[in-house]
Amino acid sequence: MPFIKAEKLMYDYESRDDDGNVTGRVHALKGLSFEVEAGEFVAVIGHNGSGKSTLARLINALAQPTLGRLTVNGYDVTDADRIWDLRRSVGMVFQNPDNQIIAGVVEEDVAFGPENLGVPSGEIVERVEKALGTVGMSEFAKRSPNRLSGGQKQRVAIAGALAMKPECIILDEATAMLDPIGRREVMEVICSLNRDEHMTVLLITHYMEEAAMADRVIVMNDGRIVLDGTPAEVFSQTDKLTECALELPQAALLAGKLREAGVPLPEGIVSPEQLVDELVGIKNTWQ
Amino acid sequence: MLREMTLGQYYPGNSILHRLDPRVKLLGTLVYMVAVFLAEDVTGYALGAAFLAAMIICSRIPLGFMLKGLKPVLVILIFSVVFNLFLTDGEVLVSVWKITITREGIWRAAFMAMRLICLILGAALMTYTTTPNQLTDGIEKGLGFLSYIRIPVHEIAMMMSIALRFIPILNEELDKIMKAQMARGADFESGSFLRRAKALVPLLIPLFVSAFRRASDLANAMEARCYHGGRGRTRMHPLRYAGRDIAAYLIIAAFLAGMILLKIYAPLAYLSA
Repeated sequence: MPFIKAEKLMYDYESRDDDGNVTGRVHALKGLSFEVEAGEFVAVIGHNGSGKSTLARLINALAQPTLGRLTVNGYDVTDADRIWDLRRSVGMVFQNPDNQIIAGVVEEDVAFGPENLGVPSGEIVERVEKALGTVGMSEFAKRSPNRLSGGQKQRVAIAGALAMKPECIILDEATAMLDPIGRREVMEVICSLNRDEHMTVLLITHYMEEAAMADRVIVMNDGRIVLDGTPAEVFSQTDKLTECALELPQAALLAGKLREAGVPLPEGIVSPEQLVDELVGIKNTWQ
Repeated sequence: MLREMTLGQYYPGNSILHRLDPRVKLLGTLVYMVAVFLAEDVTGYALGAAFLAAMIICSRIPLGFMLKGLKPVLVILIFSVVFNLFLTDGEVLVSVWKITITREGIWRAAFMAMRLICLILGAALMTYTTTPNQLTDGIEKGLGFLSYIRIPVHEIAMMMSIALRFIPILNEELDKIMKAQMARGADFESGSFLRRAKALVPLLIPLFVSAFRRASDLANAMEARCYHGGRGRTRMHPLRYAGRDIAAYLIIAAFLAGMILLKIYAPLAYLSA
């Protein structure tokens, strides 16, 4: 059974006047159908307003679908009785690092989730230690979050999600407000979570370089899924990406230009590492 | 602006006072404040001051840092001393032009200063030795019984801890907005009081808007982490009384008893104003 299953999922934002009458509707999602298997690392990309953040809110039951069906870990998102089970199984990391840290001490913030779940005190301590260790923030356990860098704050937020022992983690543009160093820190943690702990990861981003690290990329435009495939497949569809106002990852862009100039590079290069490997290979055959 | 205030800031340490249960310190501070108002004469104030001095020594907080806590209230302190000194009727000691100083005035001013200093340093000592989180935990658990009469103790404590967490963030944001406005020629420093107050409006509006946005983000983040009120919630470090806490309660009780006895028997009452 797929971990996330969406069938013809629709979501409208309604604007209302002072009396509560609906005055306008914006269709944010226009019938999405997709499945995500447990253990997958899926990136969702799309320009602003494509509906990708709305999707994240629906998956965590922070908003209810207007039409269609969405099940996560076997729970229907409209089932109010299982809402806490659902949210326990899907950890969420948001965009702004400051606005999702609740406590004034790092370890107490990580403990916030398990405390809400009613986990016994001794087990909370274990969970917090393990979660902080996983994101490499153990030495900051007693510090104030205000003194941390953006990347460190987001790692604390990830630890906060991990302490609930979720099966899946959703990052809703979690790297958008970070500097390049912070982004790399967070991406390293996410990649190792997926690789070593087999965590299902849904990475919502507008950085193509980050999407290229995933196993699968879903491209959204205007509330619909436009492309869905491996990074190599998706990033070879240059025309469609341009239509969605998206750019290629820089490595893919450079590979394309080099190919045009006559360098015999294969299709499907998306990461700098791949590009370097291919170029070194070509150089060696010439010598 | 806010950063310079030491009142209400934690002074990291590991003294006996730092390790006391926050509930003890909360109740202790409250009792101390009441007890200071019981003092009527030199012996009363001496006992109050001695108790405070002993506590400060126990806390191992440098005296200079303690006294910094008085800075924000210095003006009030001076005012009350001056008013009491010059405006109390009684036996005239010095009289220059229209200003007279009376014996009663001197005593009264001294007592008033003593009382204010004791109150402020007492409260400051609690906040120096207790982290804001311990404080809210102490309030939540110590006043937990009030939830039976439908006072939302957990919610109030949660609001307090969130407010404490966001003070530095909003402060930083205010700084940024101020600089952005100054870069575009806004002037916050010159002109009359009214003018300067008006200049603050374009600072407060963006700050409020941003605070609401942050609140909405935070509410989402809390819900995503399964926050559903205080019911069924456990704590990572639940508050538990230790032997030293019981001892501290006994010391506080003894101090209060001493102050009450002094009030009843007031050995030096003839000196009181």
